[in-house]
Amino acid sequence: MAWKIIKLSFKAIYNNKMRSFLTMLGIIIGVMAVVILVSITQGAASGITDSISDMGSDQITATISGDDASVSADSIESLASYPSIDSVAPVISTSETVKKNSETGSYSIVGVTPSYFTVRDIDIQRGRKIAESDIEWNTNVCVIGTDVASSLFGTWDAVNGTIIIGDSIYKVVGVLEEQGSSLAGSEDSKILIPYSTASRMTGQTGVSSFYIKASSEDTVNSAIRSVESFLLQATRDEEAYDVSNQSEVLDTMSDVTNTMSLLLAGIAAISLLVGGIGIMNIMLVSVTERTKEIGIRKAVGAKRKHIMLQFLCESCALSVLGGVLGLVLSLGAIEVYNLVASSAAAINWSVGIAAIVFCAVIGILFGSYPAAKASRLQPIDALHIS
Amino acid sequence: MIRLKHIYKSYTIGTVEVPVLRNVSLHVRPHEFVAILGPSGSGKSTLMNIIGCLDIPDSGDYILDGEYVDNCTEDKLSEIRGVKIGFIFQQFNLLPDLTAYENVEMPLLYHRISPSERHERVIRTIEQVGLKDRMRHKPSQLSGGQQQRVAIARVLASEPSIILADEPTGNLDSASGKEIMDIIKGLWRDGHTIVLITHDINIANQAERKVYVHDGRLSEKEIYNGMENH
Ligand SMILES: Nc1ncnc2c1ncn2[C@@H]1O[C@H](COP(=O)(O)OP(=O)(O)OP(=O)(O)O)[C@@H](O)[C@H]1O
Ligand SMILES: [Mg+2]
Repeated sequence: MAWKIIKLSFKAIYNNKMRSFLTMLGIIIGVMAVVILVSITQGAASGITDSISDMGSDQITATISGDDASVSADSIESLASYPSIDSVAPVISTSETVKKNSETGSYSIVGVTPSYFTVRDIDIQRGRKIAESDIEWNTNVCVIGTDVASSLFGTWDAVNGTIIIGDSIYKVVGVLEEQGSSLAGSEDSKILIPYSTASRMTGQTGVSSFYIKASSEDTVNSAIRSVESFLLQATRDEEAYDVSNQSEVLDTMSDVTNTMSLLLAGIAAISLLVGGIGIMNIMLVSVTERTKEIGIRKAVGAKRKHIMLQFLCESCALSVLGGVLGLVLSLGAIEVYNLVASSAAAINWSVGIAAIVFCAVIGILFGSYPAAKASRLQPIDALHIS
Repeated sequence: MIRLKHIYKSYTIGTVEVPVLRNVSLHVRPHEFVAILGPSGSGKSTLMNIIGCLDIPDSGDYILDGEYVDNCTEDKLSEIRGVKIGFIFQQFNLLPDLTAYENVEMPLLYHRISPSERHERVIRTIEQVGLKDRMRHKPSQLSGGQQQRVAIARVLASEPSIILADEPTGNLDSASGKEIMDIIKGLWRDGHTIVLITHDINIANQAERKVYVHDGRLSEKEIYNGMENH
């Protein structure tokens, strides 16, 4: 019986192919909108999240604005003795004109100590890192990112080459491993020089920012608190510094994507509701058209519930079929999007399934009035129409 | 079996009440074959709709198999129609989108019958009306006579005790009309109770008993003399 009714529904839909398709279009577009948009935004968000997690959630960044003399590199080193903190890397950031033969460009120059490599978890592929002795002797050496190497030297094999930063000649002693792009700015396009050399070059005595590596992911929060109280003591100005951690960024990120997904779901729900009204409309037309059929069915023994079920099933079949078509088209659309945007967005199946379930609910909701109307028809009146 | 007592039925058109059946009483015994005759507009179909539980009278009693039909709910009436009554209409009233097989099967879907028995009954009744080779055809691919035979198979599949036929040959040529009448007479011999509506005296003469409707009243004798030539 149930199977027969479902078959009957699809038959009715098939008998009115064009009309059914146009009716389903509202649902199809609604489902496509939600599935495609959610899949793509979540795909993008998870890409960003991945690259943030790559940087390590045990990393803390402190930036100091205001008077530069307030925090010295030496005082920061003392932070490393806290149990919650593994190591600390003070940094002086600036940007300078860099020349190599005829190549000239403005690059980001970072004054670092040897701990920078541990804290930031980066390594070199050629040559050596900035060493303790470089700091001691204010040597004019540098370790360059891969992008810098290829644009100045045309190759990553730049060790022992020389470049001019500002007015001074620097010797390239190492090339960093390639990192690829990341949210926090890639090391690939940076030039690292000894901290003391940078301090002399810029005339800056205090650190502009420093990185902290917590002893483990569990101690990140207590490390943050320690750094904050340290900075408050040093600067006596809560506004003068900012301490942040990747996990905070991650939290914000997921907040944003959740809000976004909710917004999209809302829009989709509205468009599906509109589609549902279309279904209700066409079902009412269908009831009127099939008054005679209803009369015949009732004459041979169909009860109210049978007629009700038949029309409910039909509206449900219409909306669920629309939903499934929408889902299939979304799959195709996401493939096309991936080709065009050369991304790797994948369909979000839980959203897809939820959309189909929502379609079924819409079908029942908007089908019940036409179905009730059909079931209330009197067989005698229904038969009279010829 | 069928007992109508002082049935009154009227239609209200606008504000005017037009009586169609006035004080109609009729008793049809089991296995009887009754023909109801009357001129057009006399209320024959209205009477048949009441007998068939498609409509209920304004007043009077209708007792079917000892049960007062006037008090039944709509769904109860559906059940009575499905179990006890089979309709053969002048316009066949098949569902155009269904095949002959599906049309015969359709009423059985509203019964509690196993799929295998359903299939068996459909095949048996379609064979009985001689349309086995036309089973997969839609009504539009069948002649009028064949369509009426499908309608008869649809009635038989539900195994009703009463068969109501409203001008079953009205849309057919005389040859297929005769075929249909032969089938109906066969059903009567098989033990069905048959109420046949017609305004053709030659068809009515094939029944056991004739009843005349005239001016909303019933009589066993013909009052209206022009009838015979109608
Ligand atoms: N639903 C209705 N609303 C109003 N009047 C109706 C309705 N059904 C029937 N009538 C009227 O009731 C009267 C009897 O109709 P009915 O169909 O019973 O006649 P009939 O004897 O079957 O005629 P025919 O031989 O032409 O089929 C007619 O005058 C008709 O106009
Ligand atoms: Mg009539």
